[in-house]
Amino acid sequence: MRAAGLWSSLVALAAALLLPWYLTQDGIAAAPLAGLAWLADPDFGPAAGQVLAQGRWWLLPALLAPAAGLLAALLPIPRPARAALFLLTGGLGLGLLIAQGYAIGVQGWSTPWLEGLFGPMEDRQFGVGWGGALVPAALAVLLAAGLAGRGAFRGDAFTATVAVCIALAIAVFTAMPLVLLLGDAFRDAGGALAAGALFGRLADDRLWSLGCLAGAPRCGVVWNTALLGVLVGAGTTALGLAFALLVVRGRLRLGRPLRWLTVLPIVTPPFILGLGLILIFGRSGIVSLAASSLFGVELGRWIYGLPGVLLAQLFAFTPIAFLVLIGVVEGLSPTLEEASSTLRATPRDTFRTVTLPLLRPGLANAFLLGFVESMADFGNPIVLGGQFGVLATEIFFAVVGAQADAGRAATLSLVLLALALGAFFLQRRLTARKSYVSIGGKGDAGLAPPLPAGVRRLCLAVALPWAGLTVALYLLALSGGFVEIWGRDYTPTLRHMIKAFEISGGQLTGLAWNSVITTVTLAAISAPITAALGIVSAWLFSRARFAGRGALEFATMLTFAVPGTVIGVAYLRAFNLPPLELAGTGAIIVACFVFRNLPVGLRSGMAAMAQIDPSLDEASHTLGGGGADAFRRVVLPLLRPAIMAGLVYAFVRAMTTISAVIFLVTADTELATVFIVNRVINGDYGLAIAVAVVLIALMVVMLGLAQLLVGRRRIGRRAAVAPPIQPGGTVA
Amino acid sequence: MSRAAEVRFERVWKRFGAGNVAVRDVSFTVPAGTLCTLLGPSGCGKTTTLRMIAGLEYPSEGRVLIGGRDVSALPPAERDVSMVFQSYALFPHMTVLENVCYGLTVSRRPKREAMGAGRAALESVGLAGFEARLPSELSGGQQQRVAVARALVLEPSVLLFDEPLSNLDARLRRKMREEIRDLQQRLGVTVVYVTHDQAEALAISDKIIVMNQAVIAQEGTPRELYASPASAFVAGFVGEANRIPARLRRLDDVDAEVSIGEARLVLPHRGLPDGPAELALRPEAIALLGPADPAAMLEGAVSKAAYLGGVIEYTVATPLGEIFVVSSSAGSAPGAGDAVGLSFGRHGAALLPGSREAP
Repeated sequence: MRAAGLWSSLVALAAALLLPWYLTQDGIAAAPLAGLAWLADPDFGPAAGQVLAQGRWWLLPALLAPAAGLLAALLPIPRPARAALFLLTGGLGLGLLIAQGYAIGVQGWSTPWLEGLFGPMEDRQFGVGWGGALVPAALAVLLAAGLAGRGAFRGDAFTATVAVCIALAIAVFTAMPLVLLLGDAFRDAGGALAAGALFGRLADDRLWSLGCLAGAPRCGVVWNTALLGVLVGAGTTALGLAFALLVVRGRLRLGRPLRWLTVLPIVTPPFILGLGLILIFGRSGIVSLAASSLFGVELGRWIYGLPGVLLAQLFAFTPIAFLVLIGVVEGLSPTLEEASSTLRATPRDTFRTVTLPLLRPGLANAFLLGFVESMADFGNPIVLGGQFGVLATEIFFAVVGAQADAGRAATLSLVLLALALGAFFLQRRLTARKSYVSIGGKGDAGLAPPLPAGVRRLCLAVALPWAGLTVALYLLALSGGFVEIWGRDYTPTLRHMIKAFEISGGQLTGLAWNSVITTVTLAAISAPITAALGIVSAWLFSRARFAGRGALEFATMLTFAVPGTVIGVAYLRAFNLPPLELAGTGAIIVACFVFRNLPVGLRSGMAAMAQIDPSLDEASHTLGGGGADAFRRVVLPLLRPAIMAGLVYAFVRAMTTISAVIFLVTADTELATVFIVNRVINGDYGLAIAVAVVLIALMVVMLGLAQLLVGRRRIGRRAAVAPPIQPGGTVA
Repeated sequence: MSRAAEVRFERVWKRFGAGNVAVRDVSFTVPAGTLCTLLGPSGCGKTTTLRMIAGLEYPSEGRVLIGGRDVSALPPAERDVSMVFQSYALFPHMTVLENVCYGLTVSRRPKREAMGAGRAALESVGLAGFEARLPSELSGGQQQRVAVARALVLEPSVLLFDEPLSNLDARLRRKMREEIRDLQQRLGVTVVYVTHDQAEALAISDKIIVMNQAVIAQEGTPRELYASPASAFVAGFVGEANRIPARLRRLDDVDAEVSIGEARLVLPHRGLPDGPAELALRPEAIALLGPADPAAMLEGAVSKAAYLGGVIEYTVATPLGEIFVVSSSAGSAPGAGDAVGLSFGRHGAALLPGSREAP
């Protein structure tokens, strides 16, 4: 407790004395001023310089609180008094710094009564820089040390620090943006609060119209979104089930290649499939051209709209349903089916009365996952949607379109959020209910029965053509990057590749260099942060007990259900003004990557933690280790595979995402996915595909390297089989 | 190692949420240097009690003292106790030696010293030469010894065992429990031992605390518990007992005359008033006689007989209900359906206090 307080005070003090408090125009580069002059500079100065040389007295807490904390850590006073001092200085310092951040706006005091209290304010607020971020963070650690010293978190400073930091991060990067966004929905065009504004927009006919049933050209976007979601959910579940049954129970030799198919959607930006469909069925697609030249039939633009988006999403998300269902099918205890067969049931009866009912919760789960993925998908609807608007694209047009209607964007986001959360809660309730599938420690020695012949034939008839189509689609989509002009001139060429990635005279003159390098850099920065945060919070939520844990875990998980488009709009809204002025920087994109991918890392971390017997932690505690020891020496080594997976996953997701970041990129921070979508919208398919190919290749290399690293570790660890992640004793 | 410390509970409560009381107003003392067993059926609160000694749970009310020091609010690391877990909780990614040295490593002891102490501890449990193995490469009994060595290496003043033998087979269980008892005697350390196996508890304990439904049902030496159980529950849980109705008439301050049917017996009345009472009768204290034997106190007929090698277990139907008898298999044995007489004496019979409310 004392050590934590001491170190956090020191870090805060150093940051207040040495790091630029405000965000500088040219980012965080070294100060351009010679000598020590920058210390007192109004732009580059640290808190000390701002207070002493610039008279910005409101930054005084940044100096005083760490100093007081340091004093409390060094003075020989009893433990409770020290803890109380830590709590006081940390809490007060943090509170005052946050208060000044919001009390002083871009035009002086943000409310009149503050002006009355402190007199007129000539200064304004700027976005915080390294100093302004690090000092409050360190003060939060000081606060946590105080809490631990007073007995919270079982008196463990490490646990307290982790809990406080995660709570703070979630509050700033998840809760605040969403709350602000919801607030926007209640504002009218002028910015004033008006409850009627929300209901006015909600009642909009463009949202709820059912006109298409009566022959009108289109329905409301809410119905479009829901209909698409249901179709995609049902379709991906059915296809995924067929694949899963075949791979696990079908006695095929296709298990491996089919499993590889599941990697494809992970490494491809989802809209690549939409692009592939355009190349086949679009106006200059090969099928359309063949139809018109061979049969004289004009297929027209049917692919643009519900059929196209549906098809693209089915291709894109079936592997996800497969991934979910293969786990469920493998988790079925064969003993139950063996029991059924010894009771004179035919394979068909067994499948119908035992296997399928046991799969039901898994099927529901897969359906809801497909539903949510479909709703959150932005890439395919923007590429293929045409007149068929869904919420994700409507929000985009409300923000960037000619209307630029923030209130409408917020309202649409609200609707989308409500739909997604509804599905999310339904799914949680389903999975929370006691699952039939037992993956207990007891070895189930049964043999899974083969599929009944009829079911097997049906699965084969569905799955094999679909797998073939998926592969063909990918190949076609990717080959489009290597021909002159798709639909007219199929001469092989590297023209697009060169245009994108040309290097001439030692300069990276290709059009795509900028965006690809930005993407890789930001993904590489965000991946370790995401993985670390995910693992630490998984440990916290599954091991530590403290008040508010449930709420915090829930808030962290909630981001999982928030569609990327909504996050993008919310971030744009929340981080546009000082003190957290991140819009236009790489930092906002990194933050978006981290907090969007955190729930996934958290989930896999929690799953891995669930396999580690809590008595291992307890053993460490009774042997004299603190929270940090249990985490570092016991949990981390056991979680190494999960950490690696989290790292790779966070990196890959960051490379392929588009829905959230499309709102956050600028010319300086253009990402590769945004670059690709813009080319597609302009009809420049060759260039788009060339860049996509390079992205995919990069990610495959990454995945391969990761696989190699994880594999090597296992081999390096003695000749024995990899130890099960269980305390040694429970080997039955 | 003579730093053994006394463990004391003073009116300790433990609640999990509202209405779920795991330990209710429990007080006891484990004298320094003794082996005390917490015995009870699953869910009786014995493991929660043990975890409160370890510091893995904190009491909702009351005080826990170790060596006279109030440790109620201290985390496990600051308590000078070690624990052997039911699952052993060996760290699967560390070798045997790394496991054993863990406690010394996290207390930042020099590596050479830690290794030396670890080797010595392994030797003391008979596992020298296994240092470089992983836990998964050991048998159940060996894992158990590693867990004990890991707990011992810190030289704690109190050693806790949470059902340490439940993952072993019957033969190994007997051997390991003797080893644990030997170790405790040799080191003179205080041991608190949780089990639901009454034979294990009787075999190794200086003192047994029987728990039932979050409270202490009775505490005492193994002999006290067996000879004079305080309740029907204890009588049934510590050894087997036939419960038969009887009538009681006080003779003096200590003894009473007990009538069982026509038979008479003189037993300590244990404070019970005159009138109907309940008698606990140990199955091995009942003698099986011929049908017309004049010494028979009860007549009956054998309804089941199970041959177990050294002994035979009989169920005898009598006017007072079915009575369970264990008798040596030596000599001629009656079979099912045979009429028999039963007799018993002071030894192996006890009046059950508090049985008046029982039907």
